[in-house]
Amino acid sequence: MILRLDHIYKDYIQGKMTVPVLKDVSLHVEEGEYVAIMGPSGSGKSTLMNIIGCLDKPTSGEYELDGKNVLSLNDKAMAAVRLQRIGFVFQNFQLLSRQSALENVALPLVYAGVRKRVRRQRAREALEKVGLEDRVNFKPTQLSGGQKQRVAIARAIVNKPKILLADEPTGALDSKSSRQLMELFQKLNDEGVTIVMITHDPGIAGYAKRVVDIFDGEISERTSPAG
Amino acid sequence: MLENVRLSFQGIWSHKMRSFLTMLGIIIGIASIIAIVSTIKGTNDQIKQSLIGAGSNRVDILMTENGNPVYIWSASEIPSGFRKVSDETKQKILDLDSVESVTCYNERTNSGGTFYQNSALSDAKLRGVDENYFKTCGLILQTGRNFVEEDFKEFHKVLIVDDVAANNMFGKENPLGKIVEISQVPFTVVGVVAEKPSQAPAISTISQYYNYTSDSSGVLYLTEAAWPIIYSYDEPENVIVKAVSTDDMEKAGEDAAKILNATITASDVSSEETVESGSGSGIKYKANNVAEQARKLQDLSAATNNQLIWIASISLLVGGIGVMNIMLVSVTERTSEIGLKKAIGARKSTILGQFLTEAAVLTSMGGIIGVATGIGMARVINKVSGVAVAVSIPAAAVAVLFSMLIGIIFGFLPSVQAANLDPIEALRRE
Ligand SMILES: Nc1ncnc2c1ncn2[C@@H]1O[C@H](COP(=O)(O)OP(=O)(O)OP(=O)(O)O)[C@@H](O)[C@H]1O
Ligand SMILES: [Mg+2]
Repeated sequence: MILRLDHIYKDYIQGKMTVPVLKDVSLHVEEGEYVAIMGPSGSGKSTLMNIIGCLDKPTSGEYELDGKNVLSLNDKAMAAVRLQRIGFVFQNFQLLSRQSALENVALPLVYAGVRKRVRRQRAREALEKVGLEDRVNFKPTQLSGGQKQRVAIARAIVNKPKILLADEPTGALDSKSSRQLMELFQKLNDEGVTIVMITHDPGIAGYAKRVVDIFDGEISERTSPAG
Repeated sequence: MLENVRLSFQGIWSHKMRSFLTMLGIIIGIASIIAIVSTIKGTNDQIKQSLIGAGSNRVDILMTENGNPVYIWSASEIPSGFRKVSDETKQKILDLDSVESVTCYNERTNSGGTFYQNSALSDAKLRGVDENYFKTCGLILQTGRNFVEEDFKEFHKVLIVDDVAANNMFGKENPLGKIVEISQVPFTVVGVVAEKPSQAPAISTISQYYNYTSDSSGVLYLTEAAWPIIYSYDEPENVIVKAVSTDDMEKAGEDAAKILNATITASDVSSEETVESGSGSGIKYKANNVAEQARKLQDLSAATNNQLIWIASISLLVGGIGVMNIMLVSVTERTSEIGLKKAIGARKSTILGQFLTEAAVLTSMGGIIGVATGIGMARVINKVSGVAVAVSIPAAAVAVLFSMLIGIIFGFLPSVQAANLDPIEALRRE
């Protein structure tokens, strides 16, 4: 089992008030699964995603990633987990605007201490995989939304992570680009990458093999997908 | 690391105007310091050259009374206790390891009795010298001949004049063979000497340094053997030694003075009256410590300039605060970039390194531009005011390193702030 979250609680302290955002969330994901998380705005989807992505720690609960308890790790080890095992895709792409597509994709490899030649080679391969081999030296401002998101996906997979986390990856895209993106996700999932994706759009959620609903911080499994 | 430096340049380049304004404080501070240091070094080099002389290594050992040099105006003023320096004493001095050559000379400051044709030469100095004088002092024969052994043995009434005296007395006429009367004794000019052109004038006191251009009426040299022809007696002598190297000058002077002072004690014992006058501060030979005087003069010029350096340092401080300010703005601006980098696996130390590098690159560039500007300013100072300047390479290197340090110090707080940024907070902002 690649992700095992048990009885996760997350509270935010807002002044004197404690705001519970996640309430007893348990989620188990097997290797190679493709999971969509759906829920209304403010239900705690991003909060859950940040915990899964080792960017945040829950107030209480258990979390094992690939059989390893990650909640006991220090900052440095958390950074290493993010670098090696997780790929992130964000709604608003989060590309560095001054760097070319290739440099953006190669960035995680810089942190991994990969040599420059190898770095460029692997970044190029990742861009090929997302179908952008002819946009290698383009700056983000010279790319369309769909292309930008594909660069972001190339960056997420360049370190060959086991898990791809996407927080509303199609949120800023039109339907055609969204469909292309979902085809890409499907391809990656077929290659064995575990995908956890947040979305508002039931159509998008339909691409996933498993859909999880979150409502007001509580989670529920949907029995018939894409309902 | 190299990647960081490259990215820093990229960042600086993409905000050219802002980067330049940020650097400006550093540039001005470093430029002023380099200009000041160059002037200090220039002045110091000049002082050293003028005072110590380029390679002349000459140390004057003068007779002193109560610490002041003895100037002999008339026979009655000769302090008892000093003697003509014996050959044996000269040999002892020459045997010193630090001494290359030694010479002794008589000197009279008043040459009122000196005439050429009908004009008196009241300003010229008169010196009775031994065989080694010209060699030791680095004087070069220009025309005529040097003193030879017969001049000393047979008391020839011959005169060698320096180029200044020759010019004063004879103008454009050929000095050789001219008759100069000294206390009504006719002397024939047989040669003219001059300083080596490469050699700076040997100046032995601070006051001389200041008047040396005005103080040049020339010197007339006769043999020490001929001295009693004019003044009736052998008179005590000042001594000049040439040290083996510039570093040996102090030691050569002190050791030679010690040997000479031993001869005073010896004469004191033999003569009742000088025992009394020789007691207390009394009379002694004293080496003119040129190196020390050069240092004093250099300290004097450095002291004023050091205050200027402090003022320039304030500009560096202000520049540093400017860098800190811009870095803080930059961290705020790039919050989402920092958040993203952390999300995809950058460590705290990586972010810290990136921002510190950026600050250091920024201020180092400021430092380099500042050094270049400072050198330019020094050149302009030199052109406009004629003050000597010399660019010091170590000072330039230190200046650049120092500006880098300023970047690291003042960039530290913003960098720590960036490194500690919460990635979720950062990504949430748009
Ligand atoms: N730092 C915080 N301090 C206080 N409350 C917070 C903080 N971060 C999130 N919250 C609250 O937690 C709740 C869940 O936020 P979250 O971002 O997870 O929602 P979401 O499901 O991703 O919504 P959306 O679909 O709009 O992105 C919200 O009510 C939000 O106000
Ligand atoms: Mg969200």
